[in-house]
Amino acid sequence: MSDSPQSPQSTPNRLPPVAIILGVLFFIGLMGLMLYGVSRSDRPDRDTLPSALQDKPAPEFSLPLLHDPHVFVSSQDLRGMPYLLNVWGSWCPSCRDEHPVLTRFAETKRLRVIGYNWKDEPADALRWLEQLGNPYMAVITDQEGRTALDWGIAAAPETFLVDGSGIVRWKYSGAITQQVLDTQLIPALEKVEAAAGQAQTSSPSDPRP
Amino acid sequence: MLPEIGQILLILALLASLLQSVLPLLGAHRKNAALIATARPAALLQLTMVLGAFVVLTLAFVRQDFSLRYVAENSNSLLPMIYRYSAVWGAHEGSLLLWALVLALWTAAVAECSRKLPADVVARVLAVMGMISVGFLAFLLFTSNPFDRLLPAPPEGHDLNPLLQDPGLILHPPILYVGYVGFAVPFAFAIAALLDGRIDVRWLRWTRPWTNVAWGFLTLGIALGSWWAYYELGWGGWWFWDPVENASFMPWLVGAALIHSQAATEKRGVFIGWTLLLAIAAFALSLLGAFLVRSGVLTSVHSFAADPARGMFILAFLAIVIGGSLLLYVLRAPTVGGNSDPSRGFTLNSRESLLLANNLLLSCACAMVLLGTLYPLLADALDLGKISVGPPYFGTLFLLLMTPLVALVPLGPLTRWQREQGMRPLALLAPWLGLALLLGVVAWFMAPQGKLKAAAGIAAAAWVGLGTLNFLWTRLRNSGRINAETLGMLVAHLGIAVFLVGALLVEALNVQHEVALAPGSSVEAGGYRFTLEGVDAINGPNYHSDRGHVRVSRDGRSIALLHPEKRMYASGGMPMTEAGIHPALGGDLYVALGESLGDGAWAVRVQIKPFVRWIWLGAALMALGGFVTAADRRFRRFPEKKS
Repeated sequence: MSDSPQSPQSTPNRLPPVAIILGVLFFIGLMGLMLYGVSRSDRPDRDTLPSALQDKPAPEFSLPLLHDPHVFVSSQDLRGMPYLLNVWGSWCPSCRDEHPVLTRFAETKRLRVIGYNWKDEPADALRWLEQLGNPYMAVITDQEGRTALDWGIAAAPETFLVDGSGIVRWKYSGAITQQVLDTQLIPALEKVEAAAGQAQTSSPSDPRP
Repeated sequence: MLPEIGQILLILALLASLLQSVLPLLGAHRKNAALIATARPAALLQLTMVLGAFVVLTLAFVRQDFSLRYVAENSNSLLPMIYRYSAVWGAHEGSLLLWALVLALWTAAVAECSRKLPADVVARVLAVMGMISVGFLAFLLFTSNPFDRLLPAPPEGHDLNPLLQDPGLILHPPILYVGYVGFAVPFAFAIAALLDGRIDVRWLRWTRPWTNVAWGFLTLGIALGSWWAYYELGWGGWWFWDPVENASFMPWLVGAALIHSQAATEKRGVFIGWTLLLAIAAFALSLLGAFLVRSGVLTSVHSFAADPARGMFILAFLAIVIGGSLLLYVLRAPTVGGNSDPSRGFTLNSRESLLLANNLLLSCACAMVLLGTLYPLLADALDLGKISVGPPYFGTLFLLLMTPLVALVPLGPLTRWQREQGMRPLALLAPWLGLALLLGVVAWFMAPQGKLKAAAGIAAAAWVGLGTLNFLWTRLRNSGRINAETLGMLVAHLGIAVFLVGALLVEALNVQHEVALAPGSSVEAGGYRFTLEGVDAINGPNYHSDRGHVRVSRDGRSIALLHPEKRMYASGGMPMTEAGIHPALGGDLYVALGESLGDGAWAVRVQIKPFVRWIWLGAALMALGGFVTAADRRFRRFPEKKS
């Protein structure tokens, strides 16, 4: 902020032009930099560290279904095809925000969308789904949040893309918007599908002589 | 219903601040006494409205009105009562309201305490402060309204960020804001003087205590934040050069420079233009700090959620305030400071020169912190990759800039204005310099580790401390009296000495061990034995906690039983560390609980922090010095100009 100090002994009638030019350049530069900073400040990926789980196997779990607590779903049951794990709770306002986006995506049936009901009362969760609609193929519940620790879930909503062999390929913290869906999830999913396609074509076409 | 009243009060506050910024200025320009007289009532009206809005928001938290989005996001029904009050400023919207409230309080204080000043000067000052209020109230209303409804109302809220559920954090933001916003007073005076085209040294004398008080609060606020980071984050560090820490440190540095240059301007009539520029810079840096924290431009533990709309708004405000005041400065400063008096000239060897050196060093330090803080952004903008600037950069440059400053501190008060004879001050202090160096050598041989830092710390602290005490002793012996202004200066300089002991000795002598401890096992560190007696699970009002019992003993004698905790809040989120600390002036014993390793064993971080308290003690002394100086009666006299 500080331009060069003016000469203390005797004050000239005008500031030296060099000081003014430097000051103006500094000011413009600072403002430009700030403008740049602000314009990119909503890019969620700008300096997020990749999830610790990125490209690592998803944690093992076995959790009851929300709609039928006697049935447990384990990570093994979901193997074979990619799935999207969406962490939510009826107490979470941003989950409500992302719900329509998620619902539209789930309706394309491109991917299995599994709900992960976190730290919630089953009654509240069921009412929430009844009100807003249920886009999930299945909803598992983690009332105490133990398994969530393995996933490193810090806040809801949070969404994980897990591929057919149980590897976490993409993670997003916060409410998913259409933009996030188009620019991040779909490309990540395409990569997963391409890899799966290759694996499928390469394994049969590997007949050893 | 109540929140709508809050909303209306905020809108009325904005209107009041608009009146406050337009009418008095117009009156001062046209010499219309009636318009000039609107300044004080408008300022008080604005305060009433903002205070009303603040009370409404506090009530919404106390009564847990989750239909307010801000309340629902930052509290829940388990939140203890005391934190329902502090949750008001726990996130962006409410803390911005607090900022507006503090600004309104400072404005009202200026309005009330300025009755001896010429009415047109006060009118201009209050109008400038009103313009700042307009900016912040508009920012609140248009981008960050704390009274937004969330309908249908959720039955339960999120939670206050668990990091903020701590006694230290109740006070940290308000005190810090009092400091930040307080710089608006010298800023408004500088702008008023530039608008008027002339400056009267008597007005400057009147602003000096305000700058000192603001700086004192800023010092306290920063120290509180540092103290909180020390015991809450569990790393045992006290300063991290985090972008937001830097954002508060920059106005502090420039504020310290301003305090000194104001004194020179008031007493000797020198550096008028420079003082005006520093007054503008100190407040501009406060605004820049607010911008950096709230725009999401830089990431840090402190940042609020990023929202480009907010960033744009506050950036525009910043550009207007800083650009406008600098433009005004360029146009008007030469005429304001133009009446240079040859009798006010000074030689190289004089107190003026020392104060100038002080100012240049502090300003350079500030420029360097600014560069370091913005460099990652700059590197990103120029596509040089993602870079983080850390302690090595800041540490090295700070050492370079602060060493000469510390060396000059005891000389300043001893040196005469205008012209000093040869090396008189240095000759007076020579024995004390010798003693300080001797103590440094002793420290070198006594320190078991970090010899250089320990020796430097002791020598520098002894030099500053002894030199300052010597001045006090001479002054008392010669005249037997000392005024509050000088006393405050001495207290603040002693604070530097105390701070140096803490900062450098804890760097030099810190002992740290990270070990896995099973119940019953122990670890030896720095002559102390830390035994983990066990870890219990306990329940707090809104969290579950693993609470360790660590017995500290020395030579078989038990010294303390520490209780480090690891808390999981019911609302989720990261586990929070609460360090167990046995505080003492000679050094803290510090234990933090890490991860559970199974079979009852825990990762435990054990630290010995010699003299760490002296850091905050020194900061408290510096703040006290600012307050004592401000209490000098001389500043409150306003002699009528002799005609």
